[in-house]
Amino acid sequence: MNAADLIGFVVHEARLIDEQRFEEWLDLFTEDGRYWMPLEMGQTDPVLQQSLFYDDKLLLRIRVERLLGARTFSQKPKSRCHHVLQTPVVDESDAAANRYVTYTPFHYVESRLDEQTLYAGWSRHHLTMIDGALRMKLKRVDLVNPDSAFGNIQLFM
Amino acid sequence: MPDYRTDAGALRALVRETEVHRDVYTDPGVFALEMERLFANTWVYVGHASQVANAGDYATTTIGAQPVVMVRDHTGVVRVLHNRCPHKGTKVASEVCGNTGRLFRCPYHGWAFRTDGKLHSIPLKEGYDNTGIEATAAAQGMAPVRHVREYREFVFAKINDGGPDFETYFGDALSSIDNMVDRSPVGRLEVAGAVLRYMHRCNWKMLVENLTDTCHPMIAHESSAGTATRLWKQQPEGTPRHPAVEIYAPFMSPYSFYEAMGIRIWPNGHGHTGVAGSIHSNYSAVPGYFDAMVAAYGEDRAKAILDINRHNTVYFPNMTLKGPIQTLRVFKPLAAHRTLVESWTFRLVGAPDQLLERTLMYSRLVNAPTSVVGHDDLEMYERAQESLHSDANPWVNMQRLYDPAERDQETAVTNGTTEWQMRNQFRAWAKFMAPA
Repeated sequence: MNAADLIGFVVHEARLIDEQRFEEWLDLFTEDGRYWMPLEMGQTDPVLQQSLFYDDKLLLRIRVERLLGARTFSQKPKSRCHHVLQTPVVDESDAAANRYVTYTPFHYVESRLDEQTLYAGWSRHHLTMIDGALRMKLKRVDLVNPDSAFGNIQLFM
Repeated sequence: MPDYRTDAGALRALVRETEVHRDVYTDPGVFALEMERLFANTWVYVGHASQVANAGDYATTTIGAQPVVMVRDHTGVVRVLHNRCPHKGTKVASEVCGNTGRLFRCPYHGWAFRTDGKLHSIPLKEGYDNTGIEATAAAQGMAPVRHVREYREFVFAKINDGGPDFETYFGDALSSIDNMVDRSPVGRLEVAGAVLRYMHRCNWKMLVENLTDTCHPMIAHESSAGTATRLWKQQPEGTPRHPAVEIYAPFMSPYSFYEAMGIRIWPNGHGHTGVAGSIHSNYSAVPGYFDAMVAAYGEDRAKAILDINRHNTVYFPNMTLKGPIQTLRVFKPLAAHRTLVESWTFRLVGAPDQLLERTLMYSRLVNAPTSVVGHDDLEMYERAQESLHSDANPWVNMQRLYDPAERDQETAVTNGTTEWQMRNQFRAWAKFMAPA
């Protein structure tokens, strides 16, 4: 596994979200994969501390199916989103353990109706190779301001 | 547009038997009067004593629009102080929470105050010699909120001297706090997990009305709870019940379920859904918990405590809690069209961690800015806030299961789909806003 492959994965993953190709995006997670957005800086416990997201694949699938629903009124009209990524850094690359971790500062805009909201943070992708393809065991998204009051966050960072 | 400040009749006319005028949601003048007359004359939830466990611990918050700080003083008493330096008005405690040591010190000119608010020292104090400073409000320190009551560690405060005393104001509504605390085998709660903060561009009362609105879940939440239920049914048979589906699925219960759930009405705008049971009644048992409760209370009492599964209890004006899942929400009014929702979560001291895990999951899935259930609700509030500006009809209807006889009935248990509790809230609202 070289750095270009890992970086390419992270860039592709953000693009799938921005293009709302959510079925393909879900396929990037391992079956036990998690999407985690802590509520506190430096948080280490997702279970007995509160988080903004701590979704397994079923919870992510509920969100994705909901976005497509005919009676999903908070998506009438729909939201759109946009990522700007800093070049990812490979923090860990351990082929023997099949464990790879990248670090990616980002800006993310979510937009609906006349509003667009800017979020900033750092993503950490915990990746593993399954059947010749990289998959996410964990995507951890730390916002610069997780303790701020937010309106609806309806898509994925 | 009437001047509601001087025209008591116009203010009273905003609330009819089964309708309210849209100005109660949209008018900045009405909002300002709510801060003065409703939030200053009622017992408003400030925080939980576990947030300030040690002397000098403090937590900052607001009562209505007014900044306050809850602090445990050096005699161990929880106080609520106006968070304003008596000198120039600077906010003294700026962190969300912390420990101030023995003194609060204003960052502007260094005036220092004891943890009970009394003035401790002023730098270069001789500059005030013979000026008569002793007689001024400035020399009195950080003004305490004069009426503070800690009930089973829930701290409430009333800013003005008038208005009902604590017991008269809440009455039997305190039983929902009792049940939440009693669910701990040692009778104690602790705030656990950080607070979720969710900004709503709508009036605070829409959120309070929604607490006992049992005719919206199967419609507004079809997108979230309905999708969760549908996806779950597609799982292979024998798949263990997903804890999140256990939380989502009851939202899709039919009208008959909500009718049978029941609503209880109390004086002063308090009330609760879920008299005979609720969407919280059928969560899976957590291993070890019932045994711990039996050991603490005996079997009969333990069963009696756990058989109460109230849904939302309204502590009018702006707090609600759910005993069976140990969550508490505060609807902080910021403007007529702007409300901050804080969702607090509690650990039942002495109970298995798995209960806290479920509490946190519930709050994250239902009350967070990232919650699909929350998205469903906020969309409705914001659409209402926007379209109330239509002049087609300035009245908002709350007539379901109305009976003129209810006017003389302060307490009731009734059909769970009634809008009586919404009417009850507005009767209390009118009582404080425009006393006859």
